[in-house]
Amino acid sequence: MEKYYATSHEWVMQVDDQHVRVGISDYAQKALGDIVFLSTHELGDSVSFGERFGDVESVKAVSELLSPVDGVVSKVNTDLEDKPELLNEDPLNVWIIEVEGQVDTSRLLSEEAYLALDKDH
Amino acid sequence: MSKLLFERSVVGRRGILIDPIDVPEVKLDEQYVRQSKPRLPEIGEVDLVRHYMELSKYTFGVDNGFYPLGSCTMKYNPKLNEATASLEGFANIHPSQSLETVQGALTLMDDLSHSLCEITGMDAFTLQPAAGAHGEFTGLLLIHAYHKANNDTKRTKVIVPDSSHGTNPASAAMAGYQVISVPSNAQGGVDVDALKLVLNDEIAGLMLTNPNTLGLFDPNIELITSMVHEVGGLLYYDGANLNAIMGTARPGDMGFDVVHLNLHKTFSTPHGGGGPGSGPVGVKAFLKPFLPQGSLVKETYGYRFLDERDQSSIGRMRSYYGNFLVNVRAYTYIQSLGRDGLKAASQNAVLNANYLMEGLKDTYPVTYPGTCMHEFVISLEKLKKETGISAKDISKALLDYGMHPPTMYFPLIVHEALMIEPTETESKETLDFFIETMKKLHDLAYSKPEVILNAPYSTPVKRVDDVQAARNPILKYMF
Repeated sequence: MEKYYATSHEWVMQVDDQHVRVGISDYAQKALGDIVFLSTHELGDSVSFGERFGDVESVKAVSELLSPVDGVVSKVNTDLEDKPELLNEDPLNVWIIEVEGQVDTSRLLSEEAYLALDKDH
Repeated sequence: MSKLLFERSVVGRRGILIDPIDVPEVKLDEQYVRQSKPRLPEIGEVDLVRHYMELSKYTFGVDNGFYPLGSCTMKYNPKLNEATASLEGFANIHPSQSLETVQGALTLMDDLSHSLCEITGMDAFTLQPAAGAHGEFTGLLLIHAYHKANNDTKRTKVIVPDSSHGTNPASAAMAGYQVISVPSNAQGGVDVDALKLVLNDEIAGLMLTNPNTLGLFDPNIELITSMVHEVGGLLYYDGANLNAIMGTARPGDMGFDVVHLNLHKTFSTPHGGGGPGSGPVGVKAFLKPFLPQGSLVKETYGYRFLDERDQSSIGRMRSYYGNFLVNVRAYTYIQSLGRDGLKAASQNAVLNANYLMEGLKDTYPVTYPGTCMHEFVISLEKLKKETGISAKDISKALLDYGMHPPTMYFPLIVHEALMIEPTETESKETLDFFIETMKKLHDLAYSKPEVILNAPYSTPVKRVDDVQAARNPILKYMF
């Protein structure tokens, strides 16, 4: 399935009819630097587009994670609890939360459009 | 690195001899007696002294060298402050002794409060908060108490700009508020249109630093404060950057209702290392009833300390009188500089920052060009892209030149940011040396980047593994 991006550097991807997965872009992990801690909303919590669903802490700073989707958290990637560095190693394949919801392409950028934006950075 | 005291320990060695007991011995109840002796380092006095002297050589403070840490105002602390704080009548008093024996100390506290009112344009101050973030928390509790007294319980949100100090949203969250972030506009000020969109009757207040963390004075400040007042919100002034405007502009005149000051920044009391700070909070008259419990009342015979819980007060924020000896130092600073001196200090702080910015701007892009206030932000994004050398690498390299690096990676809205605040006490020679060094490092980044990547060379510890320290901290030493 295709990934779509928010301008706040999170990606979202439909994994089946009812669920999407959310992660951060390669640009985001590079800009953050070494990620050392992650906290997210928990199972059953609601998330809304553009609103905070967690924080990611690197050696530089703590940044908010903003949701690229509306819905309810159906899974949290618990591997990241002990190994947040996985986000640095493989950002496009490591998801942070799974959400019961639908990708709304009208509010998001395609991979191509997002990467074009990235060139300006 | 120096060995730890524990590693120097030799069984049976003593630094002091304890006199034999000369009072009747009382046996403690068995349940209070330790099962085994504590393991403490055993060391002679001379080795103990050498240990700490060696450690003291590894520290770096403003007495050692240039310390341009942005938004932290690491100004030199005049030694006169220490002389007054060491006076017997200040240093050797106890907060529990009877009030008639400490009238001088109480007079100083009251005078200091009046000076701070005059400097900020506020009507009353509490000296209780122990530092900046404690002051912010106090201020937010005051705002909360005010709305509660008006039965205005819908107000659950506090607005902060995206350039704010991290303590602002943290303090608002601590006080139970939902934090709303507003973006900056192209000039680095508050985006007034975006602010308009979030203003409603659920807003308890707006927290603002002015000049902000980009070192810019917001030209829309009166518009911003009146917009927030119009929807019934209060205005909170984070005094971290007051060093830019003392004697020239006052938060009270800009429309702020609550202000905290960092005496350990602006008013030259020692700063950093976890030592005591002081974060007094000032308010406009209508908020006076909510101030922390414990206030001075002037009677004909002298000062009385009113320590009863008033129904409207937010209660005590700290035991006794706040960090009194820190306040003595700030009072000394204010009295020794006087009205004109404080104004000149701020003017020189702004002049020094602009001098540095002019000297650096052709080498390092300044994120928001134009005249700055007491600090400015440069971005090393281009340098990093072209050479791989980051803001952190340049910062590490500065250590070899006997200078503390500027604030790194803040504010968050600027990539590869270095935020530089020279303060008023630095000479032209020091500023020139910093400019020259920064230019030299810029050239090195292109010609020999490996030299910078391996810096620092002269410090007792080279590069620390900050990633490992954050991911796997070992917080206790096994002795």
